[in-house]
Amino acid sequence: MKYSATSRRLFIKTSALAGVGLVLGLPKLKGETLSSISKNLPPEFINLEINPFIIIRTDGSITLINPRPDMGQGSMQAAPSLLAEELEVSLEKVTIIQSDGQRKYGSQQSGGSSTVRGLWYPLRKAGAAAKEMLIQVAASRWATSTDLCFAKDATIYLKNSDKSFSYGELAEDAAKLPVPKNPKLKDPADFTLLGKYNKRLDIPSKVTGKAIFGIDIDVPGMVYACIQHSPTIHASIISVDDTQSLLVKGVQKVIRCKRTMPHRQSDAVAVVASTWWAAQKGRSLLNVKWDDGQLALTQTTDAYFQKAYEAAKKEGVRHEEKGDFLAKFNTASAKLEAVYETPFLAHAPIEPECAVVHYKEDGTAEIWAHVQGPDGGLVDAARFLGIEQDKIKFHVPLLGGSFGRKAYHDYLSEACFLAKELKKPVKVLWTREDDITQGPYRPGMLSRVQGMVANGKLTGFHHHAIGESIVGQVFNGLKPDEADPWLSGELSTENNQYQFPVSKVSWTHVKTDIPIVWWRSVYASNFGWGQECFIDELAHLAGKDPLEARLALLKDERFRKVLETLAEKANWKEELPAGKGKGLAIFASFGSISACCITVSTSGKGIIIEKAVSVIDCGHYVNPDNVVAQTQGNIVMGISAAIKDGITFSNGKCDQTNYHEYQILRINEIPEMEVHIIQSGAEPGGVGEPGLPPVAPALGNAIFAATGVRLRRLPIDITSIS
Amino acid sequence: MAAYQLQINGKKMTAEVEADMPLLWVIRDVLGLKGTKYGCGIAQCGACTIHIDGIPVRSCQIPIAELSRKAKITTIEGIGEIALHAIQESWVEEQVPQCGYCQSGQIMSAVALLKNNPQPTDEEIKTAMNGNLCRCGTYDRIQKGIKNAAVALKTGTSPVRNDK
Repeated sequence: MKYSATSRRLFIKTSALAGVGLVLGLPKLKGETLSSISKNLPPEFINLEINPFIIIRTDGSITLINPRPDMGQGSMQAAPSLLAEELEVSLEKVTIIQSDGQRKYGSQQSGGSSTVRGLWYPLRKAGAAAKEMLIQVAASRWATSTDLCFAKDATIYLKNSDKSFSYGELAEDAAKLPVPKNPKLKDPADFTLLGKYNKRLDIPSKVTGKAIFGIDIDVPGMVYACIQHSPTIHASIISVDDTQSLLVKGVQKVIRCKRTMPHRQSDAVAVVASTWWAAQKGRSLLNVKWDDGQLALTQTTDAYFQKAYEAAKKEGVRHEEKGDFLAKFNTASAKLEAVYETPFLAHAPIEPECAVVHYKEDGTAEIWAHVQGPDGGLVDAARFLGIEQDKIKFHVPLLGGSFGRKAYHDYLSEACFLAKELKKPVKVLWTREDDITQGPYRPGMLSRVQGMVANGKLTGFHHHAIGESIVGQVFNGLKPDEADPWLSGELSTENNQYQFPVSKVSWTHVKTDIPIVWWRSVYASNFGWGQECFIDELAHLAGKDPLEARLALLKDERFRKVLETLAEKANWKEELPAGKGKGLAIFASFGSISACCITVSTSGKGIIIEKAVSVIDCGHYVNPDNVVAQTQGNIVMGISAAIKDGITFSNGKCDQTNYHEYQILRINEIPEMEVHIIQSGAEPGGVGEPGLPPVAPALGNAIFAATGVRLRRLPIDITSIS
Repeated sequence: MAAYQLQINGKKMTAEVEADMPLLWVIRDVLGLKGTKYGCGIAQCGACTIHIDGIPVRSCQIPIAELSRKAKITTIEGIGEIALHAIQESWVEEQVPQCGYCQSGQIMSAVALLKNNPQPTDEEIKTAMNGNLCRCGTYDRIQKGIKNAAVALKTGTSPVRNDK
């Protein structure tokens, strides 16, 4: 596999021409102009209606387009594998390039663990359709039936003969054929690539330092910008004294600029220099006076949680209800009520936010930005620059981590703003301090939970979700009397499959100006904590083992299998000495079911997290090793979220500034870990996120099992529990 | 502004920069070796780890003027230039990287560890590597990757992954 800038440019030319076509049989482009190519194109070519993800050139070279940017989750392997399986080509022998945002590629957003589950059929169909067209051409050249032809390794063979044609030899004629609307897909039993262990082809470049990330983009004539943001995020500028900054060697300009967020636009000051170091130095010498308004009082996490805890004393807006929960709860004799809390969190990808934008004198622009969705990035860039999308060439390099962050295009808005002022390529690179102190963050949330038990059974559950809404703040899409619709994906009975006689999900919206956005596994990362710890509380109230209590509520075979497998692999039933404990949790999100069991022990210095065992049923998957890797990553990030610092705001400002204050898990803090995949053969589910939600509650439940201490507020300081 | 002579990956290079510019930015933005990464600027994440005379250091903390003229600098581009280092081979075998951004720094720390301690214990690996953050959470594979590379170096074989 090559990830080459040249072939990418070539492709942009090609695809600009091809409209909505499957790009088959294009002659070599070298030395040819666009008009000379379009003259050579058969008229049918323009009218092909199919996904434009495959380019086969007459010289036999094959390019596959990956429509989902890779932030580490493995989409650079997963999406092309779906094409390659049906097209019968080897990924080692093709060039894989990243899509550029154009609409013909459909949704290109990496997010919601959607790559494989969203593209499982569309990309396989694209591969299968191309293969059928190639077979048709071969069959007609041999004057035989298509049934007697088969595809293997980029070649069409005639059965029982030594005849064959390479794809390159067939491509030009294949491009003239109508595209089959319903090509036959392979039986999963015949897969040679999907579901099999294959090394990720992006990895060699990631061990030699050659992989190109957003931060690595260099463009001739480029200048660098380092941006002073408001410490209280939304303050307005009173004055800027840039005298000292302009004295720094290399500093060229100081420009007032804007940071555009979905819910607000904030003032900022950019220092532009010939190197980023000079820009950063210049920024440190700025003297900016800010008008904070009331932010010091209103924009604090204490004030936010205070409002949220007030809301937890009242009923919220109903999202869904089975039976009359409140009536049953009020008359129940054995019942519990509790409030669980999760903090604000930063994504803190090791590569900070960065974008390179070149706005040219002719009103066109070229952009290199590590966004999660090239399509959304293109739409936003066009808006920021005030030009049409077709005037923009959008490149998406690799993302050095993201976890949701880089789908929020504030950094791109700044680069666009400056590019328009400067009319030369400009690289905006945030500092780590910008990344930690400016947000957006995973919102802190409360889960007010109520439940009751009778005759050893859990008979009712109410989850009242309380906090700022991503739908509300990011999309301005929530009415005051409406429950956040995303709760359906997280807490509904349909999703969690717990069959309580009565149950309810409700919601109270508590607003904040602190910028928020999705964070790995979105609300599931918040609400898994309250749901799964409280199920344990109810199980204990009912005198039941937490595993048995869950199995008694779950009819769905896939859920039961995940839990039963977890119990077996984690040796749930083993007798443990005093001071040791196991906890488990199960949570379904993004189309997959995941459960985790954590073993802890007490020591003189608090809790030691000894082992984590995770089980995931994600249905069909592409690469089992990547499913394991993602789930291991979720164990690490889940523990990090449970025991490391949250984000807090005092006096309107973020209290954490860099990794020394916003700590994330280090290698000496990880437990032994095991991951098991259930071979359910079900429709594909997500892989990048579903492993995370059960981790924190499994830990909370394990701590209870070991110590009898029930913790309801994250993060947990494991050094202070005994 | 002064011209500084550097020896990087066995080559002589010149950088005309301000005295206080950290080596990280000289390497990345002036000399164009992009494999060394910025992550925090305060020696908390290890993404910028390089070797000076074989010792792993955080290049974000070293102003160029403080660098000895004789210092031999090695960056990720200088590791396994001809053939991959056992650590790099082991990283591929173990499929360590996810996003890959921190891995240059991880590999530089791991290479230095094995050079000084060819058969490290689990605890020694954790101690040597705990200055390198990975947000994707590849630590378990890093640990195994180092163990496998150590075996390979000792036996003169290629690193082998144990669970495959």
